[in-house]
Amino acid sequence: MEHISKRFPGVLASDDISLSVGEGQILALVGENGAGKTTLMNILMGIYQQDEGKIFINDKEVHFRGPEDAFNAGLGMVHQQYMLVPNMTVTENVALGYKQAWKPLKLDLDMVRSRVVEISSYYGLAVNPDAYIWQLSVGEQQRVELVKTLCLGAKFLILDEPTSALTPQETDELIALLKKMKNELSVIFISHKLNEVKALSDTVVILRHGAVVFSGNTDDYSPSQIAAMMTGHEIVLPENREEAVRGELALSIKDISVRSDRGFLALDHLSLDVYQGEIVGLAGVSGNGQRELAEAINGLRSIESGSIEFFGTDIANKSPYYVIDHGMGYIPEERNIEGIVPSFAIRENFILKDSDKKSFSRYRFLKNKAISRNAEVLRENFDIRCPDTATAAGSLSGGNIQKVILAREITRAPRFLIAVYPTRGLDMGAIEFIHQELLKKRKEGIGILLISEELDEIMNLSDRIAVIYKGSIQKVLKHGEANRKNLGILMAGVGREEEE
Amino acid sequence: MTKNFTVLYKTVIILLAILATLLLSSVILLILGADVFRTFYTIVITPLTRVGHITEVFVRAVPLCITALGVAVAYRSGIVNIGAEGQMAMGILGFTTVALALPDLPKPLLLPMALLASVLAGGLWGFIPGILKARLQVSELLSTVMLNYIAAQFYSFCLRVPLLDPAEALSGAGTPQSARLTANIEIGRITGRLHYGVFVALALALIVYLFLWKTSFGYKMRASGAERRAARYGGINVPAWVTLAMVVSGAFAGLAGGIEIAAVHRRAIEGVTNNYGFSAVVVALFGMLHPFGIIPASFFFALLIYGSTLTPRAVGVPANIVDVMQGLIIIVIVTTQMILQNTYLEDRVWHWYSAKRKLKQEV
Amino acid sequence: MDIIVNILSMTIPFSVALLLASIGEMFNQRSGVFNLGCEGIMAMGAFVGMLVPFMVGHGGAVGQGWNWLGLLLAALTGALLGLFFAVIVVTFRAPQGIAGIGMQMFGVGTAGTLFRHFVGGTQSIPGMQNTPVPLLCDIPVIGTIFFSHNLVVYLAFIFVPVAWYILFKTSWGLRVRAVGTHPRAADTMGINVNRTRYEALALGGALAGLAGAYLSVCQVKMFSDDLIAGRGFIAVALVYFGHWHPVKIMLGALLFSFAQTIQYNVQGLGINIPYEFFVMLPYVVVIIVLAFTSRNQTTSPAALGKPFNREIRT
Repeated sequence: MEHISKRFPGVLASDDISLSVGEGQILALVGENGAGKTTLMNILMGIYQQDEGKIFINDKEVHFRGPEDAFNAGLGMVHQQYMLVPNMTVTENVALGYKQAWKPLKLDLDMVRSRVVEISSYYGLAVNPDAYIWQLSVGEQQRVELVKTLCLGAKFLILDEPTSALTPQETDELIALLKKMKNELSVIFISHKLNEVKALSDTVVILRHGAVVFSGNTDDYSPSQIAAMMTGHEIVLPENREEAVRGELALSIKDISVRSDRGFLALDHLSLDVYQGEIVGLAGVSGNGQRELAEAINGLRSIESGSIEFFGTDIANKSPYYVIDHGMGYIPEERNIEGIVPSFAIRENFILKDSDKKSFSRYRFLKNKAISRNAEVLRENFDIRCPDTATAAGSLSGGNIQKVILAREITRAPRFLIAVYPTRGLDMGAIEFIHQELLKKRKEGIGILLISEELDEIMNLSDRIAVIYKGSIQKVLKHGEANRKNLGILMAGVGREEEE
Repeated sequence: MTKNFTVLYKTVIILLAILATLLLSSVILLILGADVFRTFYTIVITPLTRVGHITEVFVRAVPLCITALGVAVAYRSGIVNIGAEGQMAMGILGFTTVALALPDLPKPLLLPMALLASVLAGGLWGFIPGILKARLQVSELLSTVMLNYIAAQFYSFCLRVPLLDPAEALSGAGTPQSARLTANIEIGRITGRLHYGVFVALALALIVYLFLWKTSFGYKMRASGAERRAARYGGINVPAWVTLAMVVSGAFAGLAGGIEIAAVHRRAIEGVTNNYGFSAVVVALFGMLHPFGIIPASFFFALLIYGSTLTPRAVGVPANIVDVMQGLIIIVIVTTQMILQNTYLEDRVWHWYSAKRKLKQEV
Repeated sequence: MDIIVNILSMTIPFSVALLLASIGEMFNQRSGVFNLGCEGIMAMGAFVGMLVPFMVGHGGAVGQGWNWLGLLLAALTGALLGLFFAVIVVTFRAPQGIAGIGMQMFGVGTAGTLFRHFVGGTQSIPGMQNTPVPLLCDIPVIGTIFFSHNLVVYLAFIFVPVAWYILFKTSWGLRVRAVGTHPRAADTMGINVNRTRYEALALGGALAGLAGAYLSVCQVKMFSDDLIAGRGFIAVALVYFGHWHPVKIMLGALLFSFAQTIQYNVQGLGINIPYEFFVMLPYVVVIIVLAFTSRNQTTSPAALGKPFNREIRT
């Protein structure tokens, strides 16, 4: 790829990028969230069209009008969010791209199926061709993605953050597999996890704000050197080092069972206690009940059995308003649609939970001056970058949206805070800010339940770490006891009996 | 992007949208072999040439405005009310029933009571799709349409049997209509058929504005409509507000029906609703779902509706042409809104435009 | 007994308009587009369909071929309107619900306008003849109920398994289902999402146009402003009722046309209830059915109602 540029409104997502990969090589494309890694790869796959620049394969210039052209040139990509149709079988998903099977009046699924079986046995990737995608675990889905890409004849694999949803053990397996496949394939591996980059890649390219800031051989540089180049300045994320001053029991969940949207048991007799003044990290592969747990606590999802006590008050199956009124702070998972009303102004979003409070309305008439003043103060204190507080909140960047939510939740002076994937997709600066705020709150004696899939985040911040698997808590570990290995084993659901 | 460019871009898009509406309507007119220019002239200009015409336009603008205000309240709360037609019919029945049942009450008592009945009947008819949507996630687009048909049948049944004018029954003509209502329910007229309901419409517009943007009730309704999940996560009881919005919406339509009877027809007859319920959706959208936009929009569409009644005689174009135009206008409005929101397109046009300008400067 | 046979023998031909329109809507929705303009497209189809035999025969008898030509042109008109709707909601990504309402007003309005100009008042046409199936139609009761209708009826019911085959056994059906469930995934597999939706909307539109023409050419044999009478909306509701599956949709269409046929047999049944209440019945049934089926729509196409934009990053 040479001199690739791509504009999105207001941002230059790719700025004159050039990179190359040799046959049988593994290139790591490294950069923070929002550095433009995925955009660049989507251009390579023909999903986006570059505004400027050229792409060469084996020294020949190519023009991809769409992904199909890229497949034909032997390219294949496994996206970060898996691109599988959930209510179709593995075979049908492969058939979507497998044009040879598209007969005029019939779709030759048998042909696709045998191709799937052939590829999966050749590479040792066990998949059941007749399983529906929604029945599969995250790890299995990733295997399906790999098989799918290989079935379509990929000789050149692009993997976009392939390890972000895997347990440490699954990650190791993937790395071993990729090393084995290196003889036949070239790979671009996108990541921001530097230990994986070191373990796997031959060369490394670092992107920052859409531009290449560095490229070279991986072996010549240490992870911390790469990290420094990635962020552009030294950022050391804050760690929770002080001894916890455990206060009263804040949140006590006993034996709750909750159903998911699809109707199966998402939480299965889950119990967990969180005290004031401590951060409890909930580790686990996403999709094991984290969303349902947060929703159940906040009155957004009904529970079938068990109890949830919040400072001694029963809040199970109460309305969200009741829970909020009792002092719950909540940073929800999907910040754009659950945390803010995107079309509302920033200042309107600040009063989402308090429009009836005396400070913002009198006889139900809104006090616009007070609302604006409040917004200005929060904007200042939380360093929210925006033209003014009348700007629609949805037009802000992810980090600033999260700051809006954090500002609202924290200044409401909650007695407790639940943060669900609070730093997902944010850049290092924003992550640092959010971590600091969470630790500050802990120091003030507030209990925090932190749900995350980033093990580093959990291990850095938590006083205790609970591991969730298939809707129940596998084990609760103390700050010092946890390491990547034992957490990974627990996250994969390997029985607690063996451990003890 | 410069500010000038943004203004220019938006103006051009809106002009293109108007042009597209005119062109698409012209296609239909050309199929009919009609004189396109004269048809538009008859619809848009002729009604403004005589006072008698203008008052008739206002007569149509009043129910449109009131109903459209209700539609806007619902729309802002995330529920599209295309059932105003049925809610209006129910409002008329409520009004007529009270007026016929208590003809001897004095006017200061009877008129408010009858109007209240129309508000309640319309509100009830709005409550049904509201609660179905809020509790059972029934698409209001479908349920309100079905309720329109049900209301229409119920309406003609009532006019044919329980509310039938005894005189009609005696004469045997059996025209389905109620008896002429007592003078105690009449709303006075200013000139021609133009009546004091105009001021009710204007007052309601102001009230809706204050309610939606200046109170915490309105805040919660708008939050529920703008992003229901965020509203729910913020502790707002979304189902309750959505239902209430629909009740308000129905009540407005019902009131529009009541006023129409009290001021214009003075008895319940067939065809009072006159498609106002559907036109109100167009008016609400055209008025950008804002009361101060809806006031001029309702006048404009009343103009189209009245103007189209003149076309069959003036240019031989069936009056249905107004439905064609309203349909097209809805389509063009929603499409234009999406184009204006498309920052990607705007960005692309900006780059094309600035490249062009640079080229010019170099030359 | 006679009255029951009568009701049932009407139920089948009366269900055809609903059946065709809702199978068409099923294809739309399977591709992720909610087309509420179905009513308007049906109205246009009904007008175009009856216009051909009317213009040829001036209301008198014409060769059956002209009826078929009317149906064909109606399907074509429907397909064009489907594509017009696609431009609005697929290319310009307008909100589908309200755009559909616009489409409905446009279609019904245009059909009414053109009808007044080209036909004038209520004019009936001889319409499509019945073609009883030889031998089978002589079976008592069963023959009357199932085998003594016009050809379109048989073809419509044969189309149900065909639609199933298209949806689940062809590559086009696979594409339609993929773009309706996970358009982004389909896009990364090299499937042109918007193009597939255009195709589905053209097919859905054609079926809606045909359904309208069936009403004017084969069933009622005339056109009027309220001919469609909400059938387009009922067709949309039937798709929910039938969980986006052709066979269940067919059962739904039969149920609703059963509710409709009762009004024509009220006197025969000796029930003394004003007929308006029987006319209401199908609409009431729709609301009740929607109330029971709208929740827990786990089978609904996940991307239904959501425009696809490749460049919006999520």
